[in-house]
Amino acid sequence: MAAATASLNAAHLASLAAPRHYEDNPATRDTPWIKWMILTLSLLFFAGFLLLPLATVFVEAFKKGWDVYLAAISEDDALSAIRLTLIAALIAVPMNLVFGISAAWAIAKFEFRGKQLLITLIDLPFSVSPVVAGLIYVLLFGAQSWVGPWLIEHDLKIMFAVPGIVLATIFVTFPFIARELIPLMQAQGKDEEEAAIVLGASGLQTFWHVTLPNIKWGLLYGVILCNARAMGEFGAVSVVSGHIRGVTNTMPLQIEILYNEYQFAAAFAVASLLALLALVTLVLKTYIEWQAARSARDSQQG
Amino acid sequence: MSPPRHKPFRVLPGFNLTLGYTLLYLSLLVLIPLSAVFIKTATGGWDHFWLTVTSPRVLASFRLSFGMSLLAAAINSVFGLLLTWSLVRYRFPGRKIVDALIDLPFALPTAVAGIALTAIYAPKGWIGSLATAYGIRIAFTPWGVLLALIFIGLPFVVRTVQPVLEDLEVELEEAAASLGAPRWETFRRVTFPALLPALLTGFALAFARAVGEYGSVIFIAGNIPMVSEITPLMIITKLEQYDYTGATGIAAVMLLLSFILLFIINGLQVWSTRRIGRTV
Repeated sequence: MAAATASLNAAHLASLAAPRHYEDNPATRDTPWIKWMILTLSLLFFAGFLLLPLATVFVEAFKKGWDVYLAAISEDDALSAIRLTLIAALIAVPMNLVFGISAAWAIAKFEFRGKQLLITLIDLPFSVSPVVAGLIYVLLFGAQSWVGPWLIEHDLKIMFAVPGIVLATIFVTFPFIARELIPLMQAQGKDEEEAAIVLGASGLQTFWHVTLPNIKWGLLYGVILCNARAMGEFGAVSVVSGHIRGVTNTMPLQIEILYNEYQFAAAFAVASLLALLALVTLVLKTYIEWQAARSARDSQQG
Repeated sequence: MSPPRHKPFRVLPGFNLTLGYTLLYLSLLVLIPLSAVFIKTATGGWDHFWLTVTSPRVLASFRLSFGMSLLAAAINSVFGLLLTWSLVRYRFPGRKIVDALIDLPFALPTAVAGIALTAIYAPKGWIGSLATAYGIRIAFTPWGVLLALIFIGLPFVVRTVQPVLEDLEVELEEAAASLGAPRWETFRRVTFPALLPALLTGFALAFARAVGEYGSVIFIAGNIPMVSEITPLMIITKLEQYDYTGATGIAAVMLLLSFILLFIINGLQVWSTRRIGRTV
């Protein structure tokens, strides 16, 4: 399976739990000038391409002072964009969570034909352009589609309305949790669950008391990454939203509108909230990696 | 004589329920909507499709999107490998923070990255004004597109190569060193071949992401027809003109490319697993 996003990787966790000391070993130690050259080049690249844009968001957001910043993020349109972003994430993440658990249970605990194909298909949304992701729902539910006239007749709005935004968000975040859980649950096998069932536990009890504690870090990891993407999705949502101010604008779309109206400070103010979300996501993600590494080490020693 | 086939006996419950739900959810939200692209393209007729995807403006967007995505993935492969090497092999202050921030492009919404990059590289921006002094324009040219694609592709290379480098047996390099091989020779003939499948996978993933990328690019690209219009933007442009068949035709080409890339990436992964399986 292609690692299209960050994941709780066993090799990475092992190296977090027990770091190797390459620089103490003559066979793996680089000569000082090579080391400094590689370090300098890679850190300059890192600073230029990752740190600089991140810093720019906050610098630009506060360029005109606190008052402008606070006004920008408490304006009605901004608030309604924040609300819509939260709604979309609050629907999309739990939907994909249930799907992820269900897919991982079927794939990891049972043998059936076409399993590899199923795993590949679950990954599919990651390799589809966000714009195409939006387009497919326009083709299905837009005014020109087969169901379009029927939807209009019954006054059901999917395109250029909240349901379309939710659908597009679900699509682009579709694989996050499943792809995190599938390899994790495959690696853990099914002996513990089978023992619980044989001892008389029900299916749900087994899942809750045996499986869940084993997969909790992977689950949380998938959820926070899924949430970050759900709140930040731009391309797919842009196609289905219709950009109706105060009604179908999510935070990223609101940023676009403000930016195109040359309200740069306001655009960056809203952007800074999303940048903050990104930083929180990365902190949580790192915390989860350390916890997972610790519990992996403990279970090895115990 | 083979024994009669029985239904496999399963201790664990929930197979039919979870597999059924998985297939239903996958079909309703992904497979059926995606097939709409091909159905719509087919009903629009071959001529219309061919006319759309070979129009000069669309062809120019293909050249830009594919060319810059390849270049960005190549640059990311080089610097991604250097960064991964630094993170795994060296101890330096701030290493853990750098490691955590590598995933920033995954976590930072693309629109935010897009306006930030534009602010930096626009003619009045911090770096843009320096470049303008030397007569170089970055934002609103294809080079702006390249910068955005480098930004979003970097973590794919680092996160694919990192676990492989971490997992690499130190004994291999020790053996090479004890046989008298210089460091560079060891890297070229032992370490690099072991990293190559992962590096190629990272390259393919970064490329696949870059071709479809929209949010981080459109702000900095300037979107000048024939010059700096990316393919996803062409889809949006067609949609805004209510040319659904045209938009769908371009989408069909992109989807086809996605499927081919997915196939290649899966193949690379199989190769990678087998190669690691042999060396360890």
